Amino acid sequence: MSGRREGDAGAPLLEARGLTKRFGSVVANEDVSLQLRRGEVLGLLGENGAGKSTLVKMLFGLHRPDSGEIRVGGEVVRLRSPRDAIGMGIGMVHQHFQLVPVMTVAENVVLGAEPTRHRFVDRRRAAAEVQELSERFGLAVDPDAVVEDLPIGAQQRVEIIKALYRGAEILILDEPSAVLTPEETDELLRVVAELAAGGVGIVFITHKLREVMDAADRVVVLRDGRVVGEVAPGDTDEAGLAALMVGRSVVLRIDKQPARPGGTVLEIRGLEVDDDRGRRAVQGFDLEVRAGEIVGVAGVQGNGQRELAEAICGMRPRSGGCVLLREHDVTRLGARAIHDLGVAHIPEDRNKHGLVGSYSVADDLVLNRFDEPGFARWGRRERAAVRRWAEQLIIEFDVRTPGVEAPADSLSGGNQQKLIVARELSRESVLVVAAQPTRGVDVGSIEFIHRQLVAARDRGAAVLVISAELEELLAVSDRIAVMRSGCVAAMFDAGSVTSEAIGLVMGGAAGH
Amino acid sequence: MHTDRLRPVLLPVAAVAVAVAIGAAIVLAAGASPVAAATAIWVAAFSGTDAIAATLEKATPLLFAGLAVIVGVRAGLFNIGAQGQLLVGAITSAYAGYRLAGLPPAVHLPLCLAIGILSGALPALLAGVLRATRGVHEVIVTIMLNTILVNLTDWLAGGPWMEQGQPVSRTPAIAGSARMARVAGLPVGFLLAVAMAFVVWFVLDRTTFGFRLATVGANRNAAHYAGISVAGATVAAMTLSGALAGLGGAVESLGIVGRFEPGFNAGLGFDGITIALLARVSPRAVIPAAVLIGALRASSTQLQARARLAPEIVDVVLAIALLLVAAPLILRWLLRLRPGSCRTEVQLTRGWGA
Amino acid sequence: MKRSWTGRPVPPNGLVAGSLLAAAFVAYGIWGFRATAVLGFAVRSSTPLALAAMCGILCERTGVINIGIEGQMLLGAFAGFFGAAAFGVVAGVAAAVVLGALVGAFLALCAVTWRVDQIIAGAVINIAAAGFTSFLYRPGRVIGSLPTWRIPLLGDLPLLGPVLFRAQPLTYLTFVVVIGLQVALFRTPWGRRTTAVGEHPGAADTVGIDVARYRYGNVVAGGALAGLAGALLSVEITGSFDRGMTAGRGFLALAIVIMGRWRPALAWAAALFFGVLSGLVNQLNFDRVFDVPPQFVAMLPYATTIVVLAIFSTRVRPPAAAGRPYP
Repeated sequence: MSGRREGDAGAPLLEARGLTKRFGSVVANEDVSLQLRRGEVLGLLGENGAGKSTLVKMLFGLHRPDSGEIRVGGEVVRLRSPRDAIGMGIGMVHQHFQLVPVMTVAENVVLGAEPTRHRFVDRRRAAAEVQELSERFGLAVDPDAVVEDLPIGAQQRVEIIKALYRGAEILILDEPSAVLTPEETDELLRVVAELAAGGVGIVFITHKLREVMDAADRVVVLRDGRVVGEVAPGDTDEAGLAALMVGRSVVLRIDKQPARPGGTVLEIRGLEVDDDRGRRAVQGFDLEVRAGEIVGVAGVQGNGQRELAEAICGMRPRSGGCVLLREHDVTRLGARAIHDLGVAHIPEDRNKHGLVGSYSVADDLVLNRFDEPGFARWGRRERAAVRRWAEQLIIEFDVRTPGVEAPADSLSGGNQQKLIVARELSRESVLVVAAQPTRGVDVGSIEFIHRQLVAARDRGAAVLVISAELEELLAVSDRIAVMRSGCVAAMFDAGSVTSEAIGLVMGGAAGH
Repeated sequence: MHTDRLRPVLLPVAAVAVAVAIGAAIVLAAGASPVAAATAIWVAAFSGTDAIAATLEKATPLLFAGLAVIVGVRAGLFNIGAQGQLLVGAITSAYAGYRLAGLPPAVHLPLCLAIGILSGALPALLAGVLRATRGVHEVIVTIMLNTILVNLTDWLAGGPWMEQGQPVSRTPAIAGSARMARVAGLPVGFLLAVAMAFVVWFVLDRTTFGFRLATVGANRNAAHYAGISVAGATVAAMTLSGALAGLGGAVESLGIVGRFEPGFNAGLGFDGITIALLARVSPRAVIPAAVLIGALRASSTQLQARARLAPEIVDVVLAIALLLVAAPLILRWLLRLRPGSCRTEVQLTRGWGA
Repeated sequence: MKRSWTGRPVPPNGLVAGSLLAAAFVAYGIWGFRATAVLGFAVRSSTPLALAAMCGILCERTGVINIGIEGQMLLGAFAGFFGAAAFGVVAGVAAAVVLGALVGAFLALCAVTWRVDQIIAGAVINIAAAGFTSFLYRPGRVIGSLPTWRIPLLGDLPLLGPVLFRAQPLTYLTFVVVIGLQVALFRTPWGRRTTAVGEHPGAADTVGIDVARYRYGNVVAGGALAGLAGALLSVEITGSFDRGMTAGRGFLALAIVIMGRWRPALAWAAALFFGVLSGLVNQLNFDRVFDVPPQFVAMLPYATTIVVLAIFSTRVRPPAAAGRPYP
C-alpha cells in the first residue's frame, strides 16, 4: 500500500499475551495469546460459545481484559473504547452490521471522521474517498446509495471500506460469512486476499472449516475460552481442525431409527409471503411433510426461511398459494387457530417472540395455552394448576432454574430455549415447526433438543426444521429441502447427501 | 420473608416521607410554619366525620383516575387523557341527571352512571383505535383530546346545557333520583371506587383477559406469537381505561357536586398518573395513595386560612414525591438502600411508532 | 420516500400542508383583503410552537423522547416573566433559557444515566413545573415590552414586510434557530452524528462517537430552546404570566415534530399551518362571516392534529432508537 509506513519488521502487527476475561463466575477467555503479522490472514476458529467474540471485543476496546496485555506494533496499548482501537489502526466488521440504515454509504463511511469544508461535511470529498477505496480493493459500492436499500453483501463491503477509511492496518472480521451466499463468500475471500496482499493484517473469525482452509495463512483454534491449537492449513485437513475445535471427533449425528412416514400432514402449494418491508420473500413455495418424518429446510439466511415459518404458523399474512394441514385449508387462519389445530412452533428469535422475559417460568410455559381448560376456568386463571404443570415440565425437560416463579430472563440462553421446547413439545401435536432450534445454545442443550425433535417424530408428528446450520440439518433430518430466493431449489434424502452437494444448491447451482 | 413483604411498600412510603420533609423546608422558606400547615391538614382532612367524608369525596375521582392510568400501563399504554374522559363522563351524567328527572331512582341512577361510563370510554376508544390501526401514539392523541374535551364541556356548560338565569356557566342541579347519598357517613361513590379497585385488581391479576393485556404490555411480539390480538388488547385496555375515568366523572357529578361546573377538577388526570406511580401500578395500592392525595387536596382552604400558604404547596410536594418514585435511584442514594431493594421500573416507551 | 431523510424529495404531507396553506391564503386574500392580519397572526402564534418543536427534534433525533416540553416551556415563561420584572428583559430571557437547559439536564440524567422510562420522566417534569409555577406565582407584576425591529427594505415589502420583517427580537431569533438547525442537522458533522445516535447508537459508538455525551448535549440544548419558547410567550407576545399559560402548546409541539418528520424547516411549516388555520377562523369570526364559539376555535388545532396524524402517521418513520436507553 502506498504511503503506509513500514513497521518494525520483527514485531507483529498485533499481539495478545495471556488475555483473561471473566463474566461473574464464567470464564470467557483464559490466558489467550496470539500474534498477527502484516499481510497475514489469521483464522480464528471455534464453536459458538468458544470465546471468539469476547476475544475480539477485547482487541477492539469493547471489553477490557481482567489480565494480560495487548500490543500493537510491539508496544503495549490500553484499549478503553473502540475509539482507542480505531486510533491504533484496528478496524472491525461486526457480525451485526453497525451501519445507520437511513444514511448513505458515504455518510456511513465517514461518520465520526467527516472531511469538512468551512465546518460543513464535504460530501464531494467523502464520496470521492469512498470511490477511491472501493476501486483500489475491488469493493464495488455506490457512495450515494442509501444503506438500507443495499443487499447484505454490499453492506458488508461498506463496513470494510469504513474500517479502511479510518486507516485500519488490522482488520477483524467477525463471522463475516454467516449471512452471505456461497457466491458472496467467494467474493469476500477474494477481497480478503487482496487486502492481505496490500499489507493489511486480517483476523478472520469463523466456525466454518472450509473457509479457514481456503483463506487463512495460519489458524488459531479456541475451545472453552482457551487456545487449543495453532496450525497452518497446509499441515492439517478439515477433520483435524474439526477434532481440535470440538475436542472429540465430530459426531453430531444422533442415533435414530429410520423414519416411517405416514400420511401427509402439511402440504404447501405455491405459497407467497411478503417480508416486513413488503417485498416478496417466499414465492411459489411447494413442500409436503408427512407424519413421522423430519424435513429440514436449508438455505443461506434471508432467502425467505423466517417468513416461511411465520406464514405456516399464522403469524404472517399469506399473499398467495395455500397451506393445508391434514387436508384442511389453514391459509387464512391466525396464530391461535393454527396452534389449536395442533401445530407447535419453536420461533426463530426466542427473546423477541418465544418468551416474555419479565414473566415467571411458569407463566412462560403456558404463554400460548394460558386459557386452555386446566389452566383457566370461566376466564379465571388456575394459577396453582399452572405451577404444578410447570414444576413437572422443568424436570422432564431439564430446564435449570431456581424455581418456576423465577423470571424467565434470569435463565441462560440454553435454558430459555429448553423452556420453549418444553412448552411446544409437551403437548400432542401433529406438526412441529422448529426455526433455528439451537441458535446460541450450548452443546449439551443442542443434543437434548435434537433428541426431543426426533422423539416428537417418533410419536408420529410431522417435523419441519429450519436451520442455518447444515450440520444440524444433516444430523436430525430425514429429507432436506434447500430454499433459495423464496422457493425450494432442491430436495435431498438426508441419508445419502453431502454438505457439499447442499452447499452447491444453496449457492445457486441447478437443483435436482 | 417479612422484609420481602415490606419491600414494595418501602419505596412509596419513603418517597412521600422525603417529599413531605422537603415540603416542610419549602414552607419554612416561604415564611410559614410547618406545624401550622400540618395542623391545618389534620383538621381539614381527618378531624370528625364531615372532614373524613370530605377527604374521601376528594379521593374518589382520584381513585378512578389512578385506576384508569393503571389499566393502560398494564397493556403498555399511557392514558394521559383521564382528565378529559373524566370531564365528559361528569357532564353527560349530569345532563342525564337533570334532563331525565322523573325516572325512578332504581333506573335513573344506574342509567346516569352508564352514560358517564360510555361517554368516558368513547374518546379513549378513539385513541385506542388510532393506536392499533394507524400507529398514532396514544400520548399525543389523549393529550389533544384533553384540550378538545375541556373546551367542549366548557361550551356545553356555558351554552346549550347551561342553567337558565344564572351568571355562572354550570348545568342545572341533578334530580334527587340520580343523586348518590352517604351511607353511615361514607360517600357511596367512594365505596364504589374501592369496590372498583378490587374488581380491577382481580381482572388484571387473576383472569385470562388480564394476562392478555399484560402480555401485550410486556412483549407485543410474544403476544403476537401466542395468538393474542395486539390490536384487540390495545383497544380494550384504552376503552376500559376511559370507562373507569368516565365513571369517576359520573360519580363526581352525581355523588359530590350535584351538577356540572367547569374547572371543578382541573389537574385530575395528572393526579391520576401520580397516584398510579405511587401505587406502583398495583390496583389495590391505589386506595391509600388516593386517600393520601385526597386529604392533601381537601385541606387547601385550611392551609390558606390557618398557615397562610398557597394551596399549590400540595402540588409541589406531590411533584417531589412522584419524582422520587419515578427515579428510585435518587431515593436509594438518599436512604443508602441496597441496590435492588426497591424495584419499580415501569417501562412504557417503545418509541413513537407502532 | 426513504430518501426524504437525507433531505431531497418533498414528502407528501409537506405538500399537502403547503398547498392547503397557499390555497387558504390565496382564497381569503383575494376575497377578504385580510391576508396581512391572518398571516401576521399565523407567524405570531406559530413561533413559540416552532421553537418548542425544535426542542422536540433535537431530543428525538438523538434518541430521547421529551414529553416534558410543556413543563419546560411553562418554567421558561415563568422565569422569563419574573426575571424580566425583577432584573429587566434580557435577564428574564436568559433566566428562561438557563432554567430550560437545567430541566433538560434533569431529563437527560433520567433518560441516559438512570434509564428511567422517558415518558414517565417527561410527565414528572410537566407535573412538577405546573406545581412549582403555581406555588411561586404572585400576581401584580408588570414588565416592559420588547421593541419591534423593522428590517430596512425587507420591512417595506407588501404583505411579507409586515408579516415577517416587522417583528420582535425573539421572533427573529426563532427564524435563525430554525434555519440554522435545518442546515446544521443535514450538513455538519454534528448533525450527521446526532442522526446516527438517534437511529443506530451502536453504529455511532463503534466509530468512537460518545452516545451519552451527544444525548446530554442535545437534550440540554433542546431544553434551552423550550425555555426560550416559554419566554417568547410570556415576555414577548403577551407581556404577562398566568398559571398554566402554555395551555398545551408543548404537547402540540410534539405533534408538530411528527408532522414535520423530525426536520426543522418542515416542522416550522407545520406550525405555520396551525397558525394560518387558527388565524383564518379568528378572522372569519371577527368579520362575522360565521359565528363559531371561541371554544371551538381553541379546539381547532388539536382536532386537526388528530386528523392529520391519523392520515399520515403510518407513513412517517421516527428515529429508530427514540425512547430506548443505550447501551
